[in-house]
Amino acid sequence: MTAQSIQGNSERSALDTIRQGLALAPEFRKGLAGTLALAVVATTGKIIVPIAVQQTIDTGLKSGSPDIPYITRAVLICAVAVLLTALAAYIMNVRLYKATESSLATLRVRGFRHVHDLSVLTQNTERRGALVSRVTNDIDQISNFMQWGGLMIIVAFGQLFVATALMFVYSWQLTLLVWACFVPLMIALPRFQKLLSRAYTVVRERTGDMLAAVSESVVGAAVIRAYASERRTAERIDKAVNANRSAQVRAQTIVGFVFPLTEIVAAVAIAGIVLLGVRLGLSGDITQGELVAFLFLVTLFVSPLQTATEVLNEAQNAVAGWRRILGVLDTPPDVADPGDEGVELPRGPISVAFEDVHFSYPGGAPVLREITLEIPPRSRVAVVGETGSGKTTFAKLLTRLMDPAAGRVTVDGRDLREIRFSSLRERIVMVPQDGFLFDGTLEENIRYGKPSATTEEIELAMTELGLADWLEGLPAGLDTSVGQRGESLSAGERQLVALARAYLADPDLLLLDEATSAVDPATEVRLARALEGVTRGRTAISIAHRLSTAENADEVLVFDAGRLVQRGPHAELVKEPGVYADLHASWVSAAHS
Amino acid sequence: MATKVTSAVMRQGLRVLGVAIRTEKAVFALAVLASALYGGMTVGSAWALGWATQHVVLPTFAQGNVASGALWVGTFLILGAALLKSFGVAGRRILAGVIQYRMQARSRRDVTKQYLRLPLSWHHRHPTGQLLSNASADAEAAWAPLAPLPMAVGVIVMLFTAAIAMVFTDLTLALVGFLIFPAIAVLNLIYQRQLSPLATRAQQLRAEVSEIAHESFDGALVVKTLGREGLETDRFRRRAHELRDANIAVGRVRGLFDPLLEALPTIGVLAVLAVGAMRLSAGSIGSGDLVQVAYLFTLLAFPIRALGWVLAELPRSVVGWQRVQAVLDATGSMEYGSVVSGAATASSAPAALEVSGVSYAYGEAEVLHDVSFDVPAGRTVALVGPTGAGKSTLVQLLVRLVDPDSGRVLLDGVDLRDLAYGGIAESVALVPQQTFLFDDSVRGNIALGLETSDEDVWAALRLAQAEGFVARLADGLDTRVGERGASLSGGQRQRLALARAVVRRPRLLILDDATSSVDPQVEAKILYGLRDAAEASTVVVVAYRMATIALADEVVYLDHGRVVDRGTHEELLERCAGYRNLVTAYEREEAERAAIEVTVEGEEVGA
Repeated sequence: MTAQSIQGNSERSALDTIRQGLALAPEFRKGLAGTLALAVVATTGKIIVPIAVQQTIDTGLKSGSPDIPYITRAVLICAVAVLLTALAAYIMNVRLYKATESSLATLRVRGFRHVHDLSVLTQNTERRGALVSRVTNDIDQISNFMQWGGLMIIVAFGQLFVATALMFVYSWQLTLLVWACFVPLMIALPRFQKLLSRAYTVVRERTGDMLAAVSESVVGAAVIRAYASERRTAERIDKAVNANRSAQVRAQTIVGFVFPLTEIVAAVAIAGIVLLGVRLGLSGDITQGELVAFLFLVTLFVSPLQTATEVLNEAQNAVAGWRRILGVLDTPPDVADPGDEGVELPRGPISVAFEDVHFSYPGGAPVLREITLEIPPRSRVAVVGETGSGKTTFAKLLTRLMDPAAGRVTVDGRDLREIRFSSLRERIVMVPQDGFLFDGTLEENIRYGKPSATTEEIELAMTELGLADWLEGLPAGLDTSVGQRGESLSAGERQLVALARAYLADPDLLLLDEATSAVDPATEVRLARALEGVTRGRTAISIAHRLSTAENADEVLVFDAGRLVQRGPHAELVKEPGVYADLHASWVSAAHS
Repeated sequence: MATKVTSAVMRQGLRVLGVAIRTEKAVFALAVLASALYGGMTVGSAWALGWATQHVVLPTFAQGNVASGALWVGTFLILGAALLKSFGVAGRRILAGVIQYRMQARSRRDVTKQYLRLPLSWHHRHPTGQLLSNASADAEAAWAPLAPLPMAVGVIVMLFTAAIAMVFTDLTLALVGFLIFPAIAVLNLIYQRQLSPLATRAQQLRAEVSEIAHESFDGALVVKTLGREGLETDRFRRRAHELRDANIAVGRVRGLFDPLLEALPTIGVLAVLAVGAMRLSAGSIGSGDLVQVAYLFTLLAFPIRALGWVLAELPRSVVGWQRVQAVLDATGSMEYGSVVSGAATASSAPAALEVSGVSYAYGEAEVLHDVSFDVPAGRTVALVGPTGAGKSTLVQLLVRLVDPDSGRVLLDGVDLRDLAYGGIAESVALVPQQTFLFDDSVRGNIALGLETSDEDVWAALRLAQAEGFVARLADGLDTRVGERGASLSGGQRQRLALARAVVRRPRLLILDDATSSVDPQVEAKILYGLRDAAEASTVVVVAYRMATIALADEVVYLDHGRVVDRGTHEELLERCAGYRNLVTAYEREEAERAAIEVTVEGEEVGA
């Protein structure tokens, strides 16, 4: 069940991705030219040593005995140049970090906000983990790349460029020789990178398997003991851990073989330089200092090529990460806030109307068909039906978590799509079945319904809901910490807090989706009564899972297989044969058998 | 968290490395050998270059002809040194990986074995997230320094060889090296000390940002229905900006030290040239020696940083190691007796259960006080009580997930603690409140290692009212479920857990509110099916719903950790106020309403 799919994974080309990514990151483009200029200055630092060696040998040592003043002067000038290029490198690094981190932070926050606007978040719980990765791992990957791989690429290009330029000044023949040695390696590198990337993909998969297997020994602790399946679990874990280890060793072996290739090629180049160089020297094409300088210049080729496979690999990951974030940002929110153009709902009891509403998930069978109904203000409505009858879809359409495929939903005569979200969410509040709580205290969680509420208001709300006793029984009262996702409380207690939170928000229409299903019967009855009192004068809609809710409603809406099949007060519906009568019979037998 | 490389951390870190070295002696020895080859040959290649300069390049220019013998020797030396060095590099990298990943895997296997061995009460005391990270992130961190370790050892060999080579070449030039290389090492140490607290903080913030995103997206329904997207974005933004600032702080340190660490050896080479020129004029060295030393400086500049990498990983390693070790050192385990249970003696008759004077406390808080009751073979007993009465704790005692602080639980008259390992599972099946599915197929999840035919699995699924939806799954019994498999609703998961229990034809079946997520109509079908099929079982069922309670022969009413009363449903209704209050809440409410309506109607009629 996917309400919408996230776009854009592989269609976009790498260049397009980078172009669009940069377009979204103005902080990164600003001052980029200056940063690159500094990078050029910084990389020239790399050829200072070869130049100094050449000058020392050719000029300083030419006349049999060394020209000490000349050498000293040359060395001092070079030393100053080294310090200046180091300074340029420092400024460049800081600028790069600032630019990338600022632009990525912006992208991260934008992505986060955008994900919240996508209905997939509330429709498809399995995709949540992937969406979290968009604003965490994917961004981190880009950040890692920009600050290491990206920098390496700039440095590598600069280094190869200045080295080649200086080589050309000394000897074009030897320059060609050096390039002839390294070009085959450069051609082969992308192949190695593919090999490596495949190996790393396997590592990632095996790591996922391993983490899943390991977590079973913790999360499934009770079941494993109850079924005495320790040995079976241990075997599964060992298998996954060992498979992960083998994949890691395999990837490392590829790196181990590829990495030293550059050293060998460099040695071939150096040997070639000596072999060819001495002959060029005899014909007067090159001085001995230049020849020795060449030996130093070759070392500048080594580190860029040694790290190239890993840089390419990171670049690939970064582009993939970028693609995924752009995919999220390019997915238009399917339930869009009209924003300032939207209308404001006036305060007061709310009426609701569904006009020939249809709903189906893309490519799926219809979930709701031909729903037409009105709910007058201040009425108390119960929605009943079997699992899969369309009750929850009805609730999601009414709260505009989704839009109908056809037809319209109106409140107070206004199409929901015209109403500003800020106004809609203030007036209409749903309490979902799963009482999700944030890690914090009870008070913080209840206040989430109304951020400006004082502690007194919260206490009053609890009293009005008849929950004061329960609150007193807790060790720290409102300061009780609920734990991650509220898991320190029982499922029933979480529902109580969720209800209080919604009540504090003071909506004009309260929609309860089996909001007290996990509470024990005595408490549920008490709560139902309290709710009846506090929702007086408001419109209240309950998706009901038991008899009394339906019995006490002004009207019951009966859903079956996506249609509204019956509506009316309990007393009438129960008398006519049909879905409600059957449902009622099964409830009665469940309660009294 | 220790972030600085203090001497205590160093000592502990070296001890951790020592453990790895002892465990993987042979591989480590080979890795060090490879690394030494790499280190030695790095110096060797500089020497080869110096030799070629001295004996090939300079003579050629001086004499005007190429000495071809020396030329080929030089070529051979250069290529030979590079080839050997490459072997060293490859060996060092691969073997370092082998040690690191083997040690990681070993820690993970040991830690999870310990998780499986330690009693459930130990698990209760440790948060899930912490245990998971002990087995994943901590096991990784503990052995992270092993990756650069052989290289660091190689570098030490390299420095040693280089020092000897330089001393032999020229003492004065060697002194320049003795000045520069320690300076690089010290600078590197300062670098790591500055960096590591900042890097730790960035890492911490990265985790916090991720936590906020997880929580916020998990709570999307709440966020959305209350229209709090803006609030959530502000919360996320604050932390994302802290992370940005922390990363920039890391960048400042890196940005400063990286260029410095590159500049220092360059300055060294320049110093070699200046000093070398003077030594040359004094006639103490040849030009080839000068080139050799300068080249050596160029080659040594980068590897020397490996020492810093090892040091940088040590604090994290020590913390990871300590956490892993804490799990491995945890004591306490379930001791098993030697009595072989009924099933092993070919008995399939229903089991009898007796709970006698059982008390149990979580830490200080006693949740069960002197609980006694018995369940005769073949009977169905409902455990009823308000939330927090101690029902789930009691259930854990019945299958010996935990042992009572005092009192005994007897299965067919045998104390659970006297039964051999696996004996309880052979006779008793528990369906817990929280469903857990393994990352495995439907079949694997139901069989859980039990030898069973597909027909039996289908029969169990039928009884659990799960046949229909399993048949509709893409791959039927082979469909992968669990965390990373097909998505199932809460009710569907509960029904699979139920099938897992009934496929074993347990002599005692324990249901801990095991059908709470199932539709009432479906629940009724399951319960009637169980009653018909459960002739061979004794059943203990925890429930709120009347329909479930109605299936029981007897009810044990529990409140505040004590057995308040026991008897048939009717008896308890009559004499136990708490029970009556709990189970008739709905009915009473209905009745009261009906009464009010009658009154209202009556009034209307009257008026």
